[in-house]
Amino acid sequence: MNILTDPFVQNAFMQRALIAGILVAIATGVVGTLMVLRGMAFLGDALAHGVLPGIAAALLIGIPSFIGALVGAGVMIGGVAAVQRRTRLSSDVAIGLLFVGMLALGVVIVSRSSEFAGSLTDILFGEVLGVNWWSILWQAIVAVVVVLLAWGLRRPFLLMAMDPDQARVAGYRVRLLEAVLLGMIAITVVVSFRVVGTLLVFGMLLAPAGTAALLVRRVGAMMIVSVLIGVASVYGGLMLSWYYDLAAGASVVIVAVGIFFITLVVQSFLPSRRPHPEHA
Amino acid sequence: MSTAAINATGLDIGYAGHPVVSGIDITLAPGQWLAVVGTNGSGKSTLLKSVAGLIPTVGGSLSVLGHAPGDQGTSVAYLSQAHEQGFLLPIRAKDVVRMGRWPVRGLLRRLRADDEAYVDDAMAALGIEELADVPLGALSGGQCQRVHLAQAACRRADLLLLDEPTSGLDAASRERYLALMDVERDRGAAIVSATHDVREAARADLVLLVAERVVACGPPDEVLTAAALAATFGVIISDATGPVVIDPHHEHGHHHGPGTPRVRGHAAGYDHDHGHDHDHGH
Repeated sequence: MNILTDPFVQNAFMQRALIAGILVAIATGVVGTLMVLRGMAFLGDALAHGVLPGIAAALLIGIPSFIGALVGAGVMIGGVAAVQRRTRLSSDVAIGLLFVGMLALGVVIVSRSSEFAGSLTDILFGEVLGVNWWSILWQAIVAVVVVLLAWGLRRPFLLMAMDPDQARVAGYRVRLLEAVLLGMIAITVVVSFRVVGTLLVFGMLLAPAGTAALLVRRVGAMMIVSVLIGVASVYGGLMLSWYYDLAAGASVVIVAVGIFFITLVVQSFLPSRRPHPEHA
Repeated sequence: MSTAAINATGLDIGYAGHPVVSGIDITLAPGQWLAVVGTNGSGKSTLLKSVAGLIPTVGGSLSVLGHAPGDQGTSVAYLSQAHEQGFLLPIRAKDVVRMGRWPVRGLLRRLRADDEAYVDDAMAALGIEELADVPLGALSGGQCQRVHLAQAACRRADLLLLDEPTSGLDAASRERYLALMDVERDRGAAIVSATHDVREAARADLVLLVAERVVACGPPDEVLTAAALAATFGVIISDATGPVVIDPHHEHGHHHGPGTPRVRGHAAGYDHDHGHDHDHGH
């Protein structure tokens, strides 16, 4: 009897949930770090909203949901880019309405058929306990692709985070690299929604990476710490869910966000580790 | 060395097809330093961005190291005016300088011993060796500026484009920067710097005075006259130590050398009636 491992040893669905969760933690930890460095939290949020109507429409017409999610993500990125190009003063208003509009559209599409009513909660908040081996395969592929891209393109990504103009003058194709980064965020959101849901995947993208940014000073370390925090959140969330009968995906995100705020509070009470050079 | 670092003929620069400065003619040879002097909104940064290939030129011809702007690969180092960083970057000062060597080593190859030597040299030249392990976020404005200058210097580029390189630097750091510019020129690098600082411009080989037009272009002792500076900056007054050029966009004045002619009041009779007191929000 071991209360820390029994839920996983005795239940195949909990094993699958843990494996899927760890794969999602790897992808979101790496991509989330790049998003935080690049200041793209906003676009991650947009993507997470954009996939919902795509998934709903895919369910309605009977095609694989990840295809619908990818189309929805593409529409959302295009919509945000178009709004930012056209309007100057109130782009936050227009983009905010785009977010809510996509969310509402998704709910409307799902409600179109009564047989989907149950799946709405699953799409919005995850169905990690019902994850199958096919989605685990996709999550594994995306985790590997995302890690390899982040490793291979770490220099231009970091230069772009510092100063996109400088990266362009240095000879990097910044537009292309930006599209690659958006694609990485999109595929990560698409394979992660089964575990934590479209509304909560944003938490997995930001919370572990944000916590890591508070803790370490090097980008490589930030990615590793971010993944580790994500994995810990998945394990902790699943345990909470098992023993207290809570929604699994939401429990995972609560643990991740909780770790962030606890770190923030603890750090503000500790003396600063950073040296304070006094003059220029 | 026949290829000019910069060759501009009848060059018009600006944004979205609207010229900010028209009719620029410059030939900058390797090993020469061009200082572009003007107020904010005068077209200095626009010129640097055009040469860097970041914005298209509006008219005329411009070649950079024998190529179209932006096609010169890794041989141009660019220091932009604002060092924007996301809300935080967990990165140490020395890592920022090292980034200057990345374009030379491609995506994956490790930095070699000579790369590290260039990094160390640049940091020593700017006096920031002891800041190596300090996180970027903990640096003061002047320290951060020196870190970015070191990043540009360690590239060993054929052309350095420096936008406001001395902003935030104290007197000692400014001297280190000027000494570094001498080293870079001796190495054969061409330099273009955009500056408000007339004393910095006096050290360059060529000076281009801009005020939404070319006011003057040539060697500093011919170009940095009271009349031309008045036309560039708008107002020149004198105080006990010599002429002070008042830049309407900056609270502080710029003293220049005791050898410069003294000018009292605004330089009557010289053309300076174009609006310097508006900003162009690019």
